[in-house]
Amino acid sequence: MYGGGNTFEAIRTDSLAQEDPEKLAAFEAKIERGEKIEPTDWMPALYRKQLIRMIEQHAHSEIIGALPEGTWITRAPGFKRKLSLMAKVQDEVGHAQLLYSAAETLGKTREQMIDDLLSGKSKYSNIFNYPAFTWADSCFISWLVDAGAIVNQLANAKGSYGPYCRALERICAEESFHLKYGHHCVIFLATGTDKQRQMFQEAINRWWAPMMHFFGPSDKISAHTEILMKWKVKMGTNDDMRNQFLDMYVPKIWELGFTLPDPNLKKNPTTNKWEYTEPDWEEFKRVINGEGPCNKERIEVRRIAEERGRWVREALKAPQAAYVTPLA
Amino acid sequence: MKEVALKELLYKIADDQLILGHRNSEWTGFGPLLEEDIAFSSMAQDKVGQSYALYQLLNQLGEQEPDTVAFMRNAQQFHNCQLVELPNGEYDFSLIRHFLFDTAEAIRFDLLSQSSYQPLADLAKKIKGELQYHTLHANTLIKKLGSATPESIGRLQNSLDIALPYALGIFEPSPFESSIIAEGFFAGEAELQKQWILKVDALLAQTQLKPISWPTVKAIYGGRNGQHTEHLQPLLDEMSEVFKIDPTAEW
Repeated sequence: MYGGGNTFEAIRTDSLAQEDPEKLAAFEAKIERGEKIEPTDWMPALYRKQLIRMIEQHAHSEIIGALPEGTWITRAPGFKRKLSLMAKVQDEVGHAQLLYSAAETLGKTREQMIDDLLSGKSKYSNIFNYPAFTWADSCFISWLVDAGAIVNQLANAKGSYGPYCRALERICAEESFHLKYGHHCVIFLATGTDKQRQMFQEAINRWWAPMMHFFGPSDKISAHTEILMKWKVKMGTNDDMRNQFLDMYVPKIWELGFTLPDPNLKKNPTTNKWEYTEPDWEEFKRVINGEGPCNKERIEVRRIAEERGRWVREALKAPQAAYVTPLA
Repeated sequence: MKEVALKELLYKIADDQLILGHRNSEWTGFGPLLEEDIAFSSMAQDKVGQSYALYQLLNQLGEQEPDTVAFMRNAQQFHNCQLVELPNGEYDFSLIRHFLFDTAEAIRFDLLSQSSYQPLADLAKKIKGELQYHTLHANTLIKKLGSATPESIGRLQNSLDIALPYALGIFEPSPFESSIIAEGFFAGEAELQKQWILKVDALLAQTQLKPISWPTVKAIYGGRNGQHTEHLQPLLDEMSEVFKIDPTAEW
């Protein structure tokens, strides 16, 4: 998981006027040729800022995303699930580690990024502000939220910033196992007892709206990000990503005999695009700005973990281990 | 008689791994730094995996399926030492417990790799390799944090003092001890404890933690006998919460 659903604000391009036009042209030509930008290469300040923002948001989504699923590790039913879920959530934390490192190449430290997460200055994927009430919710996340993230990440892996692309390639390889794990869990619920089927149907009903929100606001209302597309920071529009996800997964969900809580959901045979009830973007904005059911809890857990761990980090940073008197 | 002794040995080792693996997994998302989240999760996976392999050996000896054994017993039916069931507490306690327990486990599985019960000897050889990384992790951090800042040293010392009586409970002798040794299944708890004390003392000597005065540490026994702290049953209830919705269902 858990990237994706990046939110971009309207980009102010006035700072570009201060950039050296020759360097800017060379930079853009390089991206145009499909070459990667590396940490020591020249880049416009705006590019650096937007990339930090995006990679950081992705990294935060990984560690915050580990919380709703992590609560199910201790309750996973049976050895197989317990072992798999532990490994999966560990991967996500590992992804955060990789991504923070990628963002650090752009000049912001992990500590600064975590501070911005705790202060609310930087965001994470909105979907983790919803609670995972049952085992079936954790299965929904493992299968479908990860699937959504893969759609985004495969696109972003073709972006222009070398360290981020390389991190994403490795992340996507691991994600493909998560998807298999999640799908396997769901198949067992789908083909299990009535109670199990009901559990997953209820999970779908709870998670469908956040899942539609996951890819970000509709292109009709989202901020203008043409320059980010040109610089291959943003690799596809929100609606394109959403459509790709629906195309791949709605048929699979229906095939398992579940229903989706949107009577208008259907593929238009003429346009080949999915049609659906427009998600409630006011709700999306409310949640992203801190009013979701779990925002406070998620940040609070992170804050407590940071505070409780401070002595460990300080001790490990101690310049020299203090002198130890020899025994003899 | 021989088989009863062997099963008793396997149960207590398997239960130790399962319960501590479960506790280690509780660190996921809460570690003092991402690297420690990841390390505790790796150890959790190894330990739960090791318990699974040991329950499979028991299954081959006629006991129930690993899932049933792990998810359906109550606290009195578990034979783990009390050390592993204690809550994680702060990171210093989890680290000290990890150090004390895994130092013992590394020796235990080394001794078990010589077991006369071949399936156990074979499994122990594999587990021994995994445990090398657990002790490497524990030793590295105990050495660093045990000599770093007044706070880190003070915290580790405090947790060490609390954990030691429970750690001696690892070596609570089995009622079948003499049979286990005579059959060559395992060299015995007393031998394990002797080697463990040497290793613990040697590592602590490389830190600013106080040398342990062993005669003053009073072992807390009972776990091997099904007597547990109030912390085990809630752990088991949580672990089996989904499984027990329908134990006959496949999840």
